[in-house]
Amino acid sequence: MLQHTYYFDNAATTKISKEVIDSMQPYLNEIYGNASSIYSIGRETKKAIEVAREKVAKAINADSNEIYFTGSGTEADNWAIKGIAFANQHKGKHIITTNIEHHAVLHTCEYLEKFGFETTYVPVKENGIVDVNDIKDAIREDTILISVMFANNEIGTIQPIKEIGELAKEKNIYFHTDAVQTIGNIPVDVKELNVDLLSLSAHKFHGPKGVGALYVRNGVNIDNLLHGGGQEKRRRASTENIAGIVGLGTAIEITTKNIDEKVKYLIKLREKTINGLIENIPDIIVNGDREERLPGNVNVCFKYIEGESILLHLDQYGICASSGSACTSGSLEPSHVLLAIGLPHEIAHGSLRLSFSEENTEEEVDYLLEKLPPIIKNLRNMSPLYNKSNCKN
Amino acid sequence: MEEYSQKVMDHFMNPRNVGVIEDADAIGEVGNPRCGDIMRMYLKIKNNVIEDIKFQTFGCGAAVATSSMVTELVKGKTLEEALKVTKMDVADALDGLPPIKMHCSNLAEEAIRSAIENYRKKNEKKE
Repeated sequence: MLQHTYYFDNAATTKISKEVIDSMQPYLNEIYGNASSIYSIGRETKKAIEVAREKVAKAINADSNEIYFTGSGTEADNWAIKGIAFANQHKGKHIITTNIEHHAVLHTCEYLEKFGFETTYVPVKENGIVDVNDIKDAIREDTILISVMFANNEIGTIQPIKEIGELAKEKNIYFHTDAVQTIGNIPVDVKELNVDLLSLSAHKFHGPKGVGALYVRNGVNIDNLLHGGGQEKRRRASTENIAGIVGLGTAIEITTKNIDEKVKYLIKLREKTINGLIENIPDIIVNGDREERLPGNVNVCFKYIEGESILLHLDQYGICASSGSACTSGSLEPSHVLLAIGLPHEIAHGSLRLSFSEENTEEEVDYLLEKLPPIIKNLRNMSPLYNKSNCKN
Repeated sequence: MEEYSQKVMDHFMNPRNVGVIEDADAIGEVGNPRCGDIMRMYLKIKNNVIEDIKFQTFGCGAAVATSSMVTELVKGKTLEEALKVTKMDVADALDGLPPIKMHCSNLAEEAIRSAIENYRKKNEKKE
């Protein structure tokens, strides 16, 4: 049975675009040379990498010699944090981050504790946004790195990156931002934002999986993560993933074009969805700040029910979404982000995230708004918590 | 993600015996909202036999499916027979569960046990 797929999980990954695939194709077929080789198909791949590098640099207003390709956003985060930590430990061993970071940042900081590094996890406010003053208060003599995500992957909240960048610059502390969720959703300008390091990942904006990049401002003192050959100016060893890198270049060029128009469109979809859900479903909580959030991010909790059940029902209608419930995270705890904004466990288990891309339509949102309310009602009727609390229908 | 069996999906999408028995002879509740699972079983017992059973569950797909399946397995059984239904019986009847979801079938077994224990305690007091 072929069913239309209603894909509302673009924060998890996106559909690779046709233009991206077309641009990659030659490098999977005839132009397969190793970029370190001297003959023509080697030189051509080398050239293609540099073209992609320029595209990435242009998209975030960096210089192309500040862009290093990686195997993922996670690798970029690992490199930024471990690389800065190990290269600058003579100055201090303290790192500042927040309690809503992606695990690629949180688990890297935890790992560094084994080597005597200390991390302060600054808690966000109830709206899912960190207060710059709280970051300021966490700064110590021995702080060498501040790492704050640009926008949260679950609740979409946009952090005050520019203000934190100014603070870091003033205090002479390196500043890294994980912008994996941000590229293509809001404009990013590394010069204006005063960031020293920035992570991004191609598959979040219609590029291929398995390729990302780390922006490293010229002059930043950072150790290598991978050791080996001389690729990426001896900074990141590995034979280059040429097709992936070319795909990243194409994808970032497309996604940052007409971004203002796209933002407007995504906000329209987002607001239609949030308002539609609030109108049709009682006992619902919108997670994260209503304004300072990614244009395509909706995150809500439905009280008295559990998230995986919602997802399984939605899947029957061809609707793809995600949840921060324990059952979907593969652990017994619900999402650390939902707990960080102060939700009790039983409510955090009932979360639903919808993340739109420019390929979604208002008709698709209508379909969602038609299918979801009966699912919630049905699950609540089955829930012992719903009857216990004796709430309105 | 690991896939649920067709039987799990069937019991999740069309759960058997959902609801409340107002004049239940026994009620058993296990789980914890903190962990995202609560199962409550309502039993109607006559001459030591489970004549009717209904459940309410807050939880994931496996929690709903195991609740539904265990009600089918114990309905019409004597209390002694019902107490012999194990979590493996529930999981097997559903053609298996992903390893991470095995605790759901554990809850189903415990919910029945808890209801029957409550029933016995209540009746001891009467005697």
